[in-house]
This record gives sequence, structure tokens and C-alpha cells, in this order.
Amino acid sequence: MGAVRVGVLALQGAFAAHAEVLEGLGAEVSEVRVPGDLARLSGLVMPGGESTTMSKLLVSSGLFVALGKRLSQGFPVFGTCAGMILLAARVLDGRPDQQSFAALDVTVRRNAYGRQVDSFEADLSVTGLNAPFPAVFIRAPLITELGGGVQVLARHEAQPVLVRQGSVMAASFHPELTGDGRLHELFLSEI
Amino acid sequence: MATSTNRSKNAAKKGSSAKSAAERSTGTFAVKRGLAEMLKGGVIMDVVTPEHAKIAEDAGACAVMALERVPADIRRDGGVARMSDPGMIEGIQKVVSIPVMAKARIGHFVEAQILEALGVDFIDESEVLTPADEAHHIDKFGFAVPFVCGATNLGEALRRVSEGAAMIRSKGEAGTGNVVEAVRHLRSILGDIRKITQADSAELFQWAKTLQAPLPLVQEIAETGRFPVPIFCAGGLATPADAALAMQLGAEAVFVGSGIFKSDEPAKRAKAIVEATTHYRDAKRLAKVSRGLGAPMTGIGMDEVVVKYADRGW
Repeated sequence: MGAVRVGVLALQGAFAAHAEVLEGLGAEVSEVRVPGDLARLSGLVMPGGESTTMSKLLVSSGLFVALGKRLSQGFPVFGTCAGMILLAARVLDGRPDQQSFAALDVTVRRNAYGRQVDSFEADLSVTGLNAPFPAVFIRAPLITELGGGVQVLARHEAQPVLVRQGSVMAASFHPELTGDGRLHELFLSEI
Repeated sequence: MATSTNRSKNAAKKGSSAKSAAERSTGTFAVKRGLAEMLKGGVIMDVVTPEHAKIAEDAGACAVMALERVPADIRRDGGVARMSDPGMIEGIQKVVSIPVMAKARIGHFVEAQILEALGVDFIDESEVLTPADEAHHIDKFGFAVPFVCGATNLGEALRRVSEGAAMIRSKGEAGTGNVVEAVRHLRSILGDIRKITQADSAELFQWAKTLQAPLPLVQEIAETGRFPVPIFCAGGLATPADAALAMQLGAEAVFVGSGIFKSDEPAKRAKAIVEATTHYRDAKRLAKVSRGLGAPMTGIGMDEVVVKYADRGW
């Protein structure tokens, strides 16, 4: 049995940290910057970073169309922080020209937790994990509205912070920064 | 929502009881370093007005550095360069949604306190401003906001990390449009990291002495094969090719100061530098984005530089 081939969207942001966690779990990881990089991948991680920056680079690279097509066919994807914003159906406090894939039926508000001094760490109870997951929230987006088909896997202070809808998983925090690979493992297990 | 059991387990694990009733730990090193991670692969642009900040955000900057004068003008004007007017920084915070950074003078911890109170997302303890202390840098562990500091070599970089810096950048000569010094710093820092990863345990003591850096940090590099915090490139970058050069040399993101708003067509050049930083290994794409950008900033050679900013800091 060969290793699972997963991509990390490498336009901007914390893609290297994700790649390292995925490689640690035995996946074969490649960086995705142009549509051709999507070939033969079984899934994709969309990292944190600046969603406005990534949105522009998605359009200029042609990935917005190519990845959008794959997502509409059920391509497994895990978006964290900015990655979640790019997957959301509705984005509040974004730029007017900001593009998102609408692959996840949620409304998110950018930077809803405040500026960097308000960024924080917290432990989360996650459905399916038997010990708390250490989460890092950096200028995090907040899910303000959930569509009917969206399953909540974790909450923080009553707000949903880890969700799943079909083959799309999304977190408002950064599971790649703590060296705990359990959420990546969960994602890989669904591919 | 985390239960009280989860909280106590966490406290035991981390040996800390900093978690509040709201179940949040703010200002931790993981949180500070985390924002540096998020800026990787991006371009941080110097801006002096809200209009500049909008142009930078429109072009795809991952953050802006708010300051009163770009380094080229500081160099031209001379005199003492200080922290920017808070009103000017707030004006920029209002118009953009990306992180806003600002500069404090080396050792001027009160300027840093003011910037933290303004809610800036990152403080650059910068040699571009006139140093306020000739022996001491700011104790950056005392702040919730993360700091970036410049470094010309690995020893200087590690000393800044030992003071709490969450990001290191090269200390290329700001305001010159000349990338040569930034390249020298990157090669020196990254080259020594490569050597340390090959050193045996006895040699690490010598490395720590030579670098005048804390031994535990030198040992950490040897063990992990990498620097403890992200390393970005700054100083003298003026073209998309400069940005791609920094990235291919091993920088994890770039700062562009005077290079954008001292050029003929800032919006176009800013966008091209963003593209070049992402697609830094794709020469065809670099050729495409480098085309028709108008004149870059004129720039100056190192032998014409009167005040060498890189010599500031200890």
C-alpha cells in the first residue's frame, strides 16, 4: 500500500508546518501553487495565513477555478484559519473583492477574536478524541452561522471552532503549530 | 467547551496556571511565534499613509509596516528617527484588515509599550530608527505583542531570540534599494545554521562561544536542524527578482520598504513582488511579472552609504 498523496496549498502562510505534520504521519506531501500541482492528489490542506493575500494568488494562479472544480466533485480538504475562510459560503468583514469557494455552509467573521494581543491558546474537547486538543488561535475567524449539514466537532466558549461537512473539514485555530497530529490523522483517515 | 478537568490537565502538562476563567492563555510564545508562521511566504510592505496601506493590501501584502517616513527618506533627512505618531498608526489600522506592524527604537521599551497599547500586531525593534539604548535591547518577554528584530549574523539572531523575539529578519541596508547586505546576512545566518547541524556535541560549546549566543539555543539548532523562530529577509529589496532571490536563499518571507513606494508604479510593483515571493522558483513566471513595472527606486551603492544601519544593535 502506497502512502496517501496530499497537497498543501503553498501560496502564502503556514504551509510548511502542515507539511511537516502530514509527513510525520506517513503521508506523501507536495506543495500546491498552480493548477498542475493538483494532479494525482487525494486531498488538500489549506493553511492559515492571510486570506486576502491567498484569495488574490488563487485567482492569479488559476487555482481558484481548478480547485473550485475539484471541490465541487467532493475533493477532501482541511482548511485552518484563513483556509476555513476560503472554504466558507459567507465571509463577514472580508474585502469586497475577496473570493471564497463556498464549499462549507457556514458564515465566518474575519478577525472576530480581535487583534494579535487577543490571540490565545486553549484546550478543546474534540468529538472522537479521548484527550483534549491544544489549539492556538491567531487573529482567528469566528463561525457565526452554521448550515444544516455541518457537523460541529469542537467548540470553544460555546462557539463552533472545528466543523465537518462531507469531505470538507475546517478549524478556526491552528492544529499545525502544536506538534499534535491527531486532527491531521483524522483528516487523512477520511481520505 | 473545555471542561474543568481539561483545564487542570493542561495546567499540569504545561506547568502553568495562567489559564483564566475564560479558558484562554494570551501572549504566550506559541501565540507570538504563531503569527510569524502565518506571515510566511508573504510580503510585508512599508507604508506611510492610509492610501499606501490600501495599495499594499490591494496588491496582496500579508501585513503592512506603518511608519512616518520610508527608510530612504529617513536616510535623506538625517536627524533622530523615532516611533511614528499614534494617530498615523491608527489611521492605517482603520483602513486595512491585514496585520499592522510598527517600529520602536532599539531599547526604547516605552515606545514598545505605547505600540502594544495601540494594538499593533507586531513590533519591529528596528535599527532604521535611531537607537535609544547603546547596550540593551528591549526585554521582549515582558510583552504580549510579538517582536521582530534584525540580525546580521547567527550570534546576533540568537541573542535577539534569547530576549524574546518571535521573528528574525536580515538587517540589509534599508533605504538603499541595494540587496547586497541582506544577502550577506542571510548567507551568514543560514550558512552557520547548516554548519551547526553538522557539528558534534563538543563543537557546540565552541559555536556558542564564537557566536556569543546562549548554548541551549545553539544545541536546539543542532537537534532540530533549524532556527527557533521564522527568518525573514529585509533591507534593500526593490524588485520581484530580489524577493525571489531572498526566498531561494532560504528566507521564509520578505519585507519591502522603500522599494515599492519609491518606485514609479507602486501598485504594479507591489503586486509583482507578491507574485514573485509565492512563485519564487518559477523563472518563467518571474520573467512575466518582472515586465513593464516602470523604474525601480534609484538606489545607492554601499560605498556611498554614510550611516550604516546594520551597525546599530548589539
